[in-house]
Amino acid sequence: MSVKVYETLTVECETGNYHTFCPISCVSWLYQKIEDSFFLVVGTKTCGYFLQNALGVMIFAEPRYAMAELEEGDISAQLNDYEGLKRLCIRIKKDRDPSVIIWIGTCTTEIIKMDLEGMAPKLEWEIGIPILVARANGLDYAFTQGEDTVLAAMAHRCPEPELFVRERKLTIENYFAFHSIKKHELGEYANSPSLVLFGSLPSNVASQLNLELKRQSIKVSGWLPAQRYTDLPSLGDGVYVCGVNPFLSRTATTLIRRKKCELIGAPFPIGPDGTRAWIEKICPVFGVETQGLEEREERIWKSLKDYLDLVRGKSVFFMGDNLLEVSLARFLIRCGMIVHEIGIPYMDKRYQAAELLLLQDTCIKMCVPIPRIVEKPDNSNQIQRIRELQPDLAITGMAHANPLEARGISTKWSVEFTFAQIHGFANARDVLELVTRPLRRQKNLEDLGRTTLVIKKTSLKCPIL
Amino acid sequence: MKLAYWMYAGPAHIGTLRVASSFKNVHAIMHAPLGDDYFNVMRSMLERERDFTAASASIVDRHVLAHGSQERVVDNILRKDKEERPDLIILTPTCTSSILQEDLQNFVYRASIISDSNVIFADVDHYQVNEIQAADRTLEQVVRYYLDRLDRCYRQEKLDQFLTNAPSVNIIGIFTLGFHNQHDCRELRRLLRDLDIEINQIIPEGGSVEDLKNLPKAWFNLIPYREVGLMTAMYLNKEYGMPYISTAPMGAVDMAEWIRQIQKNVNTLTLSSSIKRVDYEHYIDGQTRFVSQAAWFSRSIDCQNLTGKETVVFGDATHAASITKILAREMGIRVSCSGTYCKHDAEWFKEQIQGFCDEILITDDHAEVGDMIAQMEPSAIFGTQMERHIGKRLDIPCGVISAPVHIQNFPLGYRPFLGYEGTNQIADLVYNSFALGMEDHLLDIFGGHDTKEVITKSLSTDTGLIWNPESRLELSKIPRFVREKVKINTEKLARQKGIETITVEVMYAAKEAFNS
Repeated sequence: MSVKVYETLTVECETGNYHTFCPISCVSWLYQKIEDSFFLVVGTKTCGYFLQNALGVMIFAEPRYAMAELEEGDISAQLNDYEGLKRLCIRIKKDRDPSVIIWIGTCTTEIIKMDLEGMAPKLEWEIGIPILVARANGLDYAFTQGEDTVLAAMAHRCPEPELFVRERKLTIENYFAFHSIKKHELGEYANSPSLVLFGSLPSNVASQLNLELKRQSIKVSGWLPAQRYTDLPSLGDGVYVCGVNPFLSRTATTLIRRKKCELIGAPFPIGPDGTRAWIEKICPVFGVETQGLEEREERIWKSLKDYLDLVRGKSVFFMGDNLLEVSLARFLIRCGMIVHEIGIPYMDKRYQAAELLLLQDTCIKMCVPIPRIVEKPDNSNQIQRIRELQPDLAITGMAHANPLEARGISTKWSVEFTFAQIHGFANARDVLELVTRPLRRQKNLEDLGRTTLVIKKTSLKCPIL
Repeated sequence: MKLAYWMYAGPAHIGTLRVASSFKNVHAIMHAPLGDDYFNVMRSMLERERDFTAASASIVDRHVLAHGSQERVVDNILRKDKEERPDLIILTPTCTSSILQEDLQNFVYRASIISDSNVIFADVDHYQVNEIQAADRTLEQVVRYYLDRLDRCYRQEKLDQFLTNAPSVNIIGIFTLGFHNQHDCRELRRLLRDLDIEINQIIPEGGSVEDLKNLPKAWFNLIPYREVGLMTAMYLNKEYGMPYISTAPMGAVDMAEWIRQIQKNVNTLTLSSSIKRVDYEHYIDGQTRFVSQAAWFSRSIDCQNLTGKETVVFGDATHAASITKILAREMGIRVSCSGTYCKHDAEWFKEQIQGFCDEILITDDHAEVGDMIAQMEPSAIFGTQMERHIGKRLDIPCGVISAPVHIQNFPLGYRPFLGYEGTNQIADLVYNSFALGMEDHLLDIFGGHDTKEVITKSLSTDTGLIWNPESRLELSKIPRFVREKVKINTEKLARQKGIETITVEVMYAAKEAFNS
């Protein structure tokens, strides 16, 4: 298998035989983010087993999520789905009293064509709790795209901006029409349309980004999702929206098409370069000129020096499983790393357009060829390529991490990037902390030798590595 | 439809994958949507497996829903055949394929004509069986597949000349992600070497499917765990007349019983040959007295202190039953309730622990187990990871004795549960659980670790409170690690009540006040 080098940005597509988490895993971080929610995963033992094992200790902490486990009678329609769900939701209401119940549709509900979207409004009316439906199934989506389906469903529930606000603005403008200075002062606040950011981030990271925009005197009027379901932001005609994560293309589409919002296409605020580019895309929309951004970015890069020395010239291979890959690769290239391949489950070229452009620019700036982007990768082929390329670091799922380590390839478990705080200027260090950890460990153990810890098989029977 | 937060046994395909990935050079292909290959993560992380797990997925996506898998499954099988050249490929259905009802058997048939590997379709239904039952079935299916190809004339009549010369056994049911299975396997090897019995084969862990045809060469079969292997043993018994021993060699009493059964089997088969009869009684005696410390532990003062203490046991059928018997019969500990989540094996379980416990609980609902424990308030629990967490919540120590387990239950050190070394490990586990409980209890008596209301040192020394000689003496008798706490509590009470001189009475009053 030859390793190609590209001058321009191309996306190839492989077989889609790759390892990733099931998108229902999004409940693990969303139930913590949305404090008054309850997630009900309507699926089988297989889904439950995955959640139980993937989320480990969280299971024991009385989480606000549960399985509605389908049994044989549900599959063969001997039992009434509506009655079943009603019974469970009433119990959830009694035990937990959430402000919203989110049904997560799975592969099984897709195949048996359970009409969750049809049942939800009826049951919502009957029990008096909002019920959202998100089809986060493995037939259609990968890992973080689960959050995308939930947020897209949630966008529909965001209230319309209240009309009187605009009317009042008008009257104020009229009132002060004769006084130009006052009008200008007011304009900074009242005239600017509202900005809603979408993507679930830990609350302190969200406030860091809020603060970052406030420095440029831009007010963030809300987040989708908010800390509580009852605090969903107003969305509608004239509201600007901007994504903070690369996997939110359905949410973006919903916001544009259904809620008539204006999408600000920007690279994602991952790494100091990404954060700066993100702010630079937002500011002009509100007629604001950025202030001190360049110096701020410079300062952050300086503070990363010890880590940059460690990663410079090292090579990375992204096997691809969480859609953060392009943004992370772009950041790491800017850090001086060589990226061999960017595997990614799904590539929305429109939603990620600005990010892809920044990747291209970064490659030109750093004088490196643009890495190949492989959509729907094939893990088995990728492992062959890793064997040939011998990268310094493979960013991969847990299924491959230990076997690769045993073959002398340093790995970083990709899921950690999903749970770690990686957004904004302040968290750039955390990304490098993750990336350099295997490199630092390797350095610590350098003198021990024995980096390859598998029995070499000479027979043809095991061609892998 | 039922509300579930947690389950004891996984879905059926996990069982099949565990069997497939235990054998050498066997590849499993799941007919499953993206993300269902979570088994690979578990094996790679929990077992810290160095090799790539030989399981992959033939992905079910929208196209498959619309047009069926068509060539995809066959192509995937053939591709694996070419890439890895496995001896056997097992096509594994999941909950998704159970509903799609595609003719997977037909795909297998088509693929097997072209591929060099053998290809079979795992005969498990997601909605009928769980992980444990599926593993049992799949193992039997694989064994049957390879043995049914043998010439019929090998069977029955020629069995005698087919047997190994020296006494030998197969160990059936050691496999990947099993609870301490690797250590148990090593312990069984050692035991059998001591007894001068050869090991013909160990399946499925590390076994080769090509060798399965030699299974009937062994004199008899050992099934250490009831959950997986029994079906295979019964099949071999029916088709080849091979006897089997399904007692779990766990605990000193059952160990002796197990060895006696081996002795009986060996002696029955040596009747016609020139090999002399065996007598293991001397061996059992020596091991029980001196190699295993468990018998001595039962007599020691440590264990005496455990007399009559109450416990609850919960786990898979094998481990829960054995541990119940060990606690009740070998350590004189009272088992208030013993239970299992192996509902399919409830009858056997009840029969085993009859007379060793007060109550029996057969359920796979962890909430029911939790309620039962909360109600019984035992001094210690022996259960799965779930019970450990229930124990944490209720402040009751727990020893983990059965799957489902976390990564800490895959220790690097040698920790068998079976055999004579196993009795030592179990004794440690039991004693440590209780000892910890006692320590906690002592702390409680003297005021506990609770430091929510912080009182600085200066406060307690500068308050002008006077300890009279008696109370000072009393204070010095209190164990050092809780003395400060008692002092602080006493002075706190004294201040509250406006007492200036602290007497022994005040100390006791404080103990009462802060205990409730």
